Amino acid sequence: MIGFFLILLIIVYGSQWVTAFSFIDGIASIPKALSWLVGNFYPTEKSLQKIPTILTKLVETLLLSIAAATVGAFFALFSAIFGARPTAFSKPLALFSRGLATLFRNIDVAAWSMILLFSFGQSALTGFFALFFASFGFLTRVFMETIDEVGLGAVEALRATGAGYWPIVFQAILPASQPLMISWTLFMIETNIRSAVLVGILTGSGVGFTFDLYYKNMNYNAAGLTIVFIAATILLLDRASNMIRRAIL
Amino acid sequence: MHARTLEAPATVGSSEVRELLKVERLTKKYGEHTAIADISFTVHEGEFVVLIGPSGAGKSTLLRSINRMIEPTSGHVWFDGMQVDALDKKGLRELRRKIGMIFQHYNLVDRLSVIENVLHGRLGYKSILTGSLGMYQAQEKERAMELITMLGLEEHTYKRADQLSGGQKQRVGIARALIQNPRLLLGDEPIASLDPKAAKTIMDYLKSIAHTLNISMIISLHQVQVALTYADRVLAVRQGRIVYDGLPRDLSLERVRDIYGADAGDLIIDTGDRHVD
Repeated sequence: MIGFFLILLIIVYGSQWVTAFSFIDGIASIPKALSWLVGNFYPTEKSLQKIPTILTKLVETLLLSIAAATVGAFFALFSAIFGARPTAFSKPLALFSRGLATLFRNIDVAAWSMILLFSFGQSALTGFFALFFASFGFLTRVFMETIDEVGLGAVEALRATGAGYWPIVFQAILPASQPLMISWTLFMIETNIRSAVLVGILTGSGVGFTFDLYYKNMNYNAAGLTIVFIAATILLLDRASNMIRRAIL
Repeated sequence: MHARTLEAPATVGSSEVRELLKVERLTKKYGEHTAIADISFTVHEGEFVVLIGPSGAGKSTLLRSINRMIEPTSGHVWFDGMQVDALDKKGLRELRRKIGMIFQHYNLVDRLSVIENVLHGRLGYKSILTGSLGMYQAQEKERAMELITMLGLEEHTYKRADQLSGGQKQRVGIARALIQNPRLLLGDEPIASLDPKAAKTIMDYLKSIAHTLNISMIISLHQVQVALTYADRVLAVRQGRIVYDGLPRDLSLERVRDIYGADAGDLIIDTGDRHVD
């Protein structure tokens, strides 16, 4: 136990020495940083005039996040059906499906933004594709697990009645996994809105870009207001999706 | 104590009881491991066959090799004039329609209602479109209601399957199998997850279905006493081979001991009053 802490301590000091980072200074600067935040990031009367701009961009980002999650869910559904154990009908297709999901899931949304920036330039489309790819990868994975969990027994029973593949998918797999899939899609929408801010900064679109613009123009009051709106949206959305979840589960 | 002795085996009666299923030298290997080896037997119309044997003896594999849910490695199966091992995809669907199957864990779609689960038994008769959309004809729905009533589930018709007790779920499973109009019903440990009372209800239903609807049954069980009570014929499997095929009354305590090997100690109590003397 003591040895473990000793090793940790050596790693911490070692990396501090290499990076010339002072842990103590870091902690000591927190109060100063906080007072700077409070002193600059409060909304003023002038920044309140920006509300219509912020709201327009916020709605754009919200819709983009929902679109990316739902379109992602649609493709993920098929990809998951081809890849999940109870419903996979061809091994190469299943492997392809799973490989695709792993690839898309393991490339971070920020990395997607940078990659796609070269192909699509600074536009909402870049942001959409970055969120869409990440959503697709993640949802394929969780949909597959959902199908694995709910599907095996019912699929076996329906195969034994002589039912064909698609009737089994539509009559057993989908009804059984639908609530969980909707729940995961809602989760994806929430995650997307959080990521959208970052993606927006990187790709120059949506509310992330608005924030970035104010911030870089040193209009901290407006930037602070933008953050308040983003946080409020996320909280509201969280409440809304929890209500939907309770209704369907 | 049991009514068993009052019923002659294969009550279908008349001198020509037709052969429905014939299994010949059926073998299934998983790599080096042999799940079932060289199994041969026949089942007649309306006959109630109970499959016993220790866990891992190959009961599930044998049952699933009959409707090719598991592909046998070698051997032949004939069912109602069809050579099962030679069937193509279309033929296999036709075969499976005629063979109902019930399971230890019921295998219902929990979130759907009882009647929806029962109607699933008709999916084998549907095209891609009508099946995917779940379009059922009026007479199919009426038949579903009849079966639900017959199995005493009418007050649960529109309840979700996950709100039912185990015994009720298994009755839904039976209704789903019966709506296929099967000639044969395969049961993979259908009472293993039920309490004794519910288990008896299910076995009584199965027995009466076999005799009134003339549907043959092959039911695997691990309770020897229940097997002896209900079976017209007992098939015992041990290490993938049939070690007994005959009437329940000829199955002596020594045979049961042979079948279950080292585990037989508990089973002697299980076989109950029948073997006390």
